[in-house]
Amino acid sequence: MIEVRDLKKSFGVQPILEGVGFRIENGESVVIIGRSGGGKSVLLKHIIGLLQPDAGEVWVEGENITRMNERQLLRVREKFGMVFQGAALFDSMSVAGNVAFPLERKKKYTSGEIAKRVAAALEMVDLPGTEKKNPAELSGGMRKRVGLARAIVYEPRIVLYDEPTTGLDPIVSDSIDKLIIRVRDQLKVTSIVVTHDMRSARRVGNHVLMLHEKKIYANCTPENLFASQDPVVRQFIDGVADEKPLF
Amino acid sequence: MRTWIAEWLTGLGRITLLSQEAIASCLTFKFSRRDLLYQIYFIGVKSQSVVLVTGAFTGMVLAAQTYFQFHKVKMDTATLAVVSVSMCSELGPVLTALMVAGRVGAAIAAEIGTMRVTEQIDALRTLATHPTDYLVVPRLIAANIALPMLTIESMFIGIASSYIVGVFLLGIEPTYAYWNMLKYSHNSDVMIGLIKSVVYGGIIALIGCYKGLSCNVGAEGVGRATTEAVVYASITILICNFFLTLLLEKICVILGL
Repeated sequence: MIEVRDLKKSFGVQPILEGVGFRIENGESVVIIGRSGGGKSVLLKHIIGLLQPDAGEVWVEGENITRMNERQLLRVREKFGMVFQGAALFDSMSVAGNVAFPLERKKKYTSGEIAKRVAAALEMVDLPGTEKKNPAELSGGMRKRVGLARAIVYEPRIVLYDEPTTGLDPIVSDSIDKLIIRVRDQLKVTSIVVTHDMRSARRVGNHVLMLHEKKIYANCTPENLFASQDPVVRQFIDGVADEKPLF
Repeated sequence: MRTWIAEWLTGLGRITLLSQEAIASCLTFKFSRRDLLYQIYFIGVKSQSVVLVTGAFTGMVLAAQTYFQFHKVKMDTATLAVVSVSMCSELGPVLTALMVAGRVGAAIAAEIGTMRVTEQIDALRTLATHPTDYLVVPRLIAANIALPMLTIESMFIGIASSYIVGVFLLGIEPTYAYWNMLKYSHNSDVMIGLIKSVVYGGIIALIGCYKGLSCNVGAEGVGRATTEAVVYASITILICNFFLTLLLEKICVILGL
């Protein structure tokens, strides 16, 4: 279970989050939506302790991670896998090196076991046989899938996705959505997906949090969100920009 | 002015914390041996050509200039002694460190800075890996091992090339020059040079890593981090050199070396 209580964060004088709170139960699949630059990724980074809030608390499975130091957080982060917006693959390593990285750091697997697990993780993300390739040789969608393989290879209990379909064509986006659903169902993980792709939000989530004006504006199921008549929600779902004069 | 001082003090505090974290991590052996070996290869083996050329030409020009001055007072055979002491205790470690700061300090800052900008550092942290254990410690230990070795090479090549220039080009009497060199160069000069090189290795690695880890987003951020790593490392080395010379000479006097 993950609980965020009254989270506040500013960068310099610019406030990003002003009192965000919600609760995510184990096994849930939550989508966080909101406008670009609205603080979705910042919120996600607080959940895994990559950023520390100015005020408020983050609880992960009964532990308050807000005031933990980096070494204490490493233990908590073993429960998490995270897929980054730009995949964040280590470009000095091959695909296999990237996926094997978390296993090699744990030092409890033999090289044979690592190779087997890496192959299984790549198989799961539909990239079998790509072990020897370099991240630079891969397309955007393939990079994200390798990022996902790296995030799930050590079987975390919670997987965070930071804009997994941004910058991808609709077909590749669809394959990534299906992958997120497959990972959720096969590995029984809690998923938190940050996106502004409404098609993806409808498909992947069984719960939606909408971030608006630095706060949680809506906290409901996708069906209720899409049926909502609230003007702010409607504007976001329909993708209508405010009319502004050119000069 | 006040902001500049505040930033300077913050930076100093952060680099102290990074050093403390890195030393604590060194003592717990959390780093990978393979990464350490690669870094020794990158910092040590790959820097040899630059260090050897610098050492050789410094030794040669020092021999020539010393000879020109000493020749006026008929002290030609003291030339190699001056070169030897300077190469061992001052020029060898300082010039080696400055060249390595330019080559390796910049590379470390650029590599880690790019990793930070492309979220690879955040990825490391989410994979339960402390960036200090994985990135800083292998570079710090490797620099501490490689710098003394490179300094020895620089001392040797500097003295050897000064001998060749002095004896074969300037016509200094070889036996007396060699004997004077041995008479006035002490083990303590070599020791001072090596202790300095270990300290400079630490400075290069820590400043390079710190600048990389704290670099701003964007290509400009990486560029600035790289430049600052070289500039700050070089300035710190030169300032430290003055104080280390005074301190180590004093210690040698106290110990009677």
